[in-house]
This record gives sequence, C-alpha cells and structure tokens, in this order.
Amino acid sequence: MSITELFGIALSAILIENFVLVKFLGICPFLGVSKKTETAAGMGVAVIFVMTVASAFTYAVDKFLLRPLHLEYMQTVAFILVIAALVQFVELFMQKALPALHKSLGIYLPLITTNCAVLGVALLNAQNYADSFIASLVYGASAAIGFTLAIVLFSSIRERLEFADYPKCFEGFPIALVSASLLAMAFMGFQGMKIF
Amino acid sequence: MNYMNILYAVLILGLLGVFFGAVLAIASKVFAVEKDERAEQILEALPGANCGGCGYSGCSAYAEALVHDNARVGACPVGGGQLEAKIAEILGVKPGKNTRITALVRCSGGNHAKKKYEYAGVSDCASANALAGGPLSCEFGCLGFGSCVKACLFDAIHVVDGVAVVDHEKCTGCLRCIDACPRNIITSVPYTADVNVLCSSHLRGAELRKICEIGCIGCKICEKSCEFDAIHVVDNLAVIDHDKCTSCGTCAEKCPRHLIRDADLLNEEEDAELIRERESKKA
Repeated sequence: MSITELFGIALSAILIENFVLVKFLGICPFLGVSKKTETAAGMGVAVIFVMTVASAFTYAVDKFLLRPLHLEYMQTVAFILVIAALVQFVELFMQKALPALHKSLGIYLPLITTNCAVLGVALLNAQNYADSFIASLVYGASAAIGFTLAIVLFSSIRERLEFADYPKCFEGFPIALVSASLLAMAFMGFQGMKIF
Repeated sequence: MNYMNILYAVLILGLLGVFFGAVLAIASKVFAVEKDERAEQILEALPGANCGGCGYSGCSAYAEALVHDNARVGACPVGGGQLEAKIAEILGVKPGKNTRITALVRCSGGNHAKKKYEYAGVSDCASANALAGGPLSCEFGCLGFGSCVKACLFDAIHVVDGVAVVDHEKCTGCLRCIDACPRNIITSVPYTADVNVLCSSHLRGAELRKICEIGCIGCKICEKSCEFDAIHVVDNLAVIDHDKCTSCGTCAEKCPRHLIRDADLLNEEEDAELIRERESKKA
C-alpha cells in the first residue's frame, strides 16, 4: 500500500468521515468529557492510544484466529473482549505511570471499554482493511485523531459557552447539543471532497 | 451440521479470555500502585451510604479527603461518634466534639388533631397537602401518610398513631426525611438533645385549642419553669435552645399539654453520666 493511499485513508478518517461528527460514534465521551479542553485533550490522547493498539490487536485476532477458522461472525464478541482487556491494561498502566492523567480522566477511561468508536474502528478495519496491517493501524490512529480533533474543538466551544448569553432554558446539555450539531454541519462541508 | 464450528468458536473465545485474564493478572501485580492503606481502612469503616451528608461526593471521596486534604473527622452524619473515634484512631488524631444529629418530627397531634375532611386519595403527604392544605385542621400538623417513611434509607422513621416518629438510635442524620416532608415540620436536632418540643404550630392558644388537643398554646409555663433560660415562647411556640438546655426535664414535667417530651435518647452509660451531672448541679 502506497504512501498516498495511506494519506488518503488518514485524511478521510480525520475530516471527511470524522468518527464523532459524521459517523456519530463515541458520542458519550464527546459530550461527557468535553467541558474542559484539558481533560478533553487527555481523553483524546487516551483514545488515540487505545484505538491504535486496539486496531493492531484486533487485526491480529481477526487475521490469525477468526478468519482461518471461518469465525468472522464472532468478530463483535471477540473484539469486545480484546478491547475490554486492553482498556483495563491501559488503566493499570496509566495508574502507575501517569497518575495525574488517570485522575483527570476518572470514570471515562473505563468507559472507553464500552466506547462504540473503539469497537467501530475494529469492525470497520475487519471490513475494509482486513489484508493490510499498516492500513488498519493508520485507519485506527487517524480515526482516533479525528475523535480528538472533534472533542478538543467542541470543548473549546463549550468553554466559550460558559460566558455566552443564551436563554436560560438552554443551559447545560441543550446548548451543548445545539453547538455539537453546528460543529457536525461544519464537518459536512468536507463531504464533497474527493481524495485523489 | 458441523459441530466443529461450535467447538472452535467456544475454544477461541475461551482461550482469548483466559489469555487476557492472565495478562491482566500479571499486569495488576507489575503495575500495582501503593495506595494509602488508611484511605481504604476508613472507606471500610464508613457506612457506605454515599449520602453526601459530609459535603463530599461519596464515601470514597470523603475517605480520600480525610487522608490527603485534612477533611473534618466528624463530618459524616451517618456514622456518629463511634465512627468518628474509629477514623480518628486510623488517622492518629484526636476525635473532635460529637456532632451527630438526628431528625425530629415536630408534631404530636396525629389522632389528637381535628380533621377538616376525610382524605381518600393517594397515600402520599405531598398530594394530600396539595388538596386544600391537607385534611388536618392544623396547618402545622403531621399528615401521617408516611412520605418520610418512604424516604428513609435506614428504617428509622415510622408512623405511630398518625404521627411520624423518628427512632433516634437508627437515625443517621442524613435528613432525607426533611426534604420529603411537605409540611416542613421535620427538623434536625443534636443527638444528645433529649428534651424537645413536639409541636410546630404558631397559632394562638385560643385558636389552637379548637383544632388540636395536644399542640403548644404558648402559655409560657415552660419558660417560667426553666432554670437555665433555655426555653422561650417565640411566636406562640416554645423553642428550646439546645446550647443552654441541660435536659433536666423540668419543662417536660410542667407542660400542661404534655408536648415537651423527655425522650430517652441517650444510651445507659451517657445517661448515668448525665444524671450525676444534674445532681451535682442541684447540690
């Protein structure tokens, strides 16, 4: 697989088919951890890490265990198992190595376990890039970068919303959802783009 | 049908599970973080109700704050004095003053109070209260439908003879019942206060006599009988100042309406101490 093709995959995963704003995967942390840019960036980094490693692991499980035995129908279950174990491992590791980040992520790190973005990336990899390890890895990493981009953008909008003047009935989640939809519309502008 | 497919599926998933389990087990040993054992001990000692009465988001947050942020030892309203002593022992500090509080229903009307009408709706205080101010003639009386009983997590409040009564031993001071009461007649009192006025009515004596056999008429006999200047009639209702009250029980004896209760709240040991104290004061 050529460099240009990989670049295409990355660009499309980050902008054109952004996981959060176009595919609507991983909405829970997108709304939950986006109050402060700092924690949003931390969450983004955790997701980048987990998704990249998860794509590698699920690729291996898919390629060397499931496909040879014609057990493709088990993908969802097996991937959930892999991701859950992986996130648990990351949490243990982070607790030891990065306690501050671990504390600021709080409940959201274990929540990555059930984050559909991570499972989504594994399943989409198995669907589209089952034969190329590099492509899977690039897709996983760039999808996570797209997630991080979206959540950091959104969190900076929400920080500004704190001081914005809007009707009281919109306070909290309603105004957050309205601005999320506007952000998603902005990303729709990339839809028409064609890569190479 | 190919049974091997089923076997493979089960085997693969099972092996994956065992493999990840083993990896995690090793990782939990390798990446083990040394936690402050005191926080865990305190967490174990705490009641685990996560009521938030201490001002922290839950029992574990309070335990962390105790160890790291010098939180107040006696902040837990649920555990009371025993817990305070326990936490103080774990942390190696002296326990502070006992700040345990309990809820108190300030009404003893119940079957002694007259009714405006027969209420036959949903058995819930808030809905009864919403219908023309409740079925009782007295607007300060306990309706006795037990909304507070439902709110209590500790089985510490029961309706007896039409009035809710708090079991002071079981009461942990989480004060959920106060929020549940639409009449605002449940208050918090110090656990050690064993003389209390069980009426909330601010009606004048003449008016009150017509609707309740037992409510406070503001006659001021208690005020005159008190040696310690601890009870006063304010706005037609006797109010005890618990900082001054010595729980001598004189007002309870003198009250013509028998609504000041010398409830036996203290346990035997403290009781004996209190009696000695009173006797020395008299002498």
